[in-house]
Amino acid sequence: MSTLTPQRLTELKLHANNVRVGIIRSLLAAGSGHSAGPLDMADVFTVLYEHVLNHRPKEPLWDDRDRLLLSCGHIAPVRYSAMAYGGYFPIEELLTLRKFGTRLQGHPERVRLPAVETTSGPLGEGLAQGTGMALAAKMDGKSWRVYVVTSDAEHQCGLHWEATMTAAKFKLDNLIAIVDRNFIQIDGSTEDVMPLEPFADKYRAFNWEVFECDGNDIAQFTETIEKAKTVKGKPSVIIANTVPGKGVSYMEGDYTWHGKPPNKEQADVALRELQAERERLTANG
Amino acid sequence: MANALDSVAAMRLAELQDPAGVKQVPTRNGFGEGVIEAGKKNRNVIAICADLSESTRMLGFKEALPDQYIEIGVSEQMLVAMAAGMASAGKVPFIASYAMFNPGRSWEQVRTTMALNETNVKIAGAHAGVSVGPDGATHQAIEDIAIMRCIPHMTVVVPCDSIQTKRATLAVAAMNGPVYLRFGREKTPVVTTEETPFELGKAQIFREGRDVAVVVCGILIYNALIAAEKLARDGIECMVVNNHTVKPMDEKAIVEAAEACGAVVTVEEHQIFGGMGSRVAEILAQRRPTPIEFVGVADQFGQSGDPAELIEHYGMGSSAIEAAVRRAVARK
Ligand SMILES: Cc1ncc(C[n+]2csc(CCOP(=O)(O)OP(=O)(O)O)c2C)c(N)n1
Ligand SMILES: [Mg+2]
Repeated sequence: MSTLTPQRLTELKLHANNVRVGIIRSLLAAGSGHSAGPLDMADVFTVLYEHVLNHRPKEPLWDDRDRLLLSCGHIAPVRYSAMAYGGYFPIEELLTLRKFGTRLQGHPERVRLPAVETTSGPLGEGLAQGTGMALAAKMDGKSWRVYVVTSDAEHQCGLHWEATMTAAKFKLDNLIAIVDRNFIQIDGSTEDVMPLEPFADKYRAFNWEVFECDGNDIAQFTETIEKAKTVKGKPSVIIANTVPGKGVSYMEGDYTWHGKPPNKEQADVALRELQAERERLTANG
Repeated sequence: MANALDSVAAMRLAELQDPAGVKQVPTRNGFGEGVIEAGKKNRNVIAICADLSESTRMLGFKEALPDQYIEIGVSEQMLVAMAAGMASAGKVPFIASYAMFNPGRSWEQVRTTMALNETNVKIAGAHAGVSVGPDGATHQAIEDIAIMRCIPHMTVVVPCDSIQTKRATLAVAAMNGPVYLRFGREKTPVVTTEETPFELGKAQIFREGRDVAVVVCGILIYNALIAAEKLARDGIECMVVNNHTVKPMDEKAIVEAAEACGAVVTVEEHQIFGGMGSRVAEILAQRRPTPIEFVGVADQFGQSGDPAELIEHYGMGSSAIEAAVRRAVARK
């Protein structure tokens, strides 16, 4: 069982609900961007920012912070929303997403927004940079950890596996990769476009410790990441099984929502559904 | 130099100036139509895509010629090297992704497996330039011409509109050798017609003038034509050259234009360093030293924003071209 009390669990669920609201509002304001991936990772980002990370939102570049990297930069709206609701910047700034002059670029940029750690969007480059950070931390005897969020289709990129091999060689137990295993990519199902299964076995063959869980179950994911933090002598991966578009009924499971935003009517429906979920959570919690 | 003046392109200038009257079509659509036609003409033509079939406009090919279509997922280095292998075995692969990744990510594979190997692979680089807009700097390929034009044996083509992109696609399918074909995402003005001639390696005059030669590649041709019309009201007559083949460049045409006008402005949606304009400068420095002004991105990265807003911000709008022409005139 995870360390979460029932009350804390409800708080986190409500927080994830807020993060989803932020995603929908920012995408609507932007008029372009990605919906499915950000929504399905709202629970993971909530747990990371609110429960796992050792960080200081008001001092984003604090030296000893844990490093959270988003390798699949196109799902930036979930990170931005989790950062806004986590106290990094005003929630209303989310409405500048993808607009001229914004810190919230269509794909995240390290030099514009402190603590996003890396510029990403071009897929497959996050784990390599995370490996470099984790190795540097080891060299300097630092205790901060590196978390890398990566999508499933990124596992079609060669560099990602170069990093996987390297992290195992250097026994980087301060590195945890979290895979958004939602089975979708732009041209359809990952298993049709370029099959990834047996997915977990690939990591095992590369000498990683492998965990699998429901990435939309906050308690389960929390419990899993707590276990991963105790692994010694090798890097860990958490394969977080998620439902693309999670939380918005008409998007759930539909790959065509990978790369488009909701229009006004669709956003209204989404926000109503999220509000209903909120009421359910408050009533039960 | 191929004279395209008789084509409807030149005739339609008046119409072009009325923004409401201009037909706007993304250049990528021309690629999509061209590659299907090429595939029907020659069954050895194959299309390989890296998880971007809709946005690169290969989807139509997939539907029309499923036996000649291959999907390989997010693996742009594989895209090139595998295509080179298939070309060695007699296929004519067109490989498509965003220009940022293809050829951006796969440069060394392009150099070795396509160019040094002399294999018959055609790179289709989509979403080039800052005009890809809100996706931001990571997705805005503005160095691709530079990294392709420095590779021996490579042909580099940057068509000006959707019709010309279709013509170029068919032309590169018919030639033997490695090619980089660059096009964009947004709807942009169609300035040529089905009658406009097109020949690889032959620059085209789209407007006559004796004061400054404005040498353009790609979608900024429209902004250049508008700038030329505005300048004409002040008595400055620009020759507008559509320099679609960046490599091998039509050196004779460039030298003749410089001789006729005595000053040159180059225009491209790309870094100034290393692009089409740099090649023009290399040619003229050696063969006919001439004052040149460069319109393009000035050693910066792009950012998120509306495409038109970004074209203005990075100094590639028609008023920026006008200003460059005035600077060039002053240096004569
Ligand atoms: C190197 C590279 N190639 C292509 C792209 C274009 N692209 C953006 S997202 C994506 C794949 C989407 O699948 P996945 O990464 O699993 O994300 P999801 O749709 O599940 O959010 C592609 C091909 C890219 N960003 N980077
Ligand atoms: Mg996916």
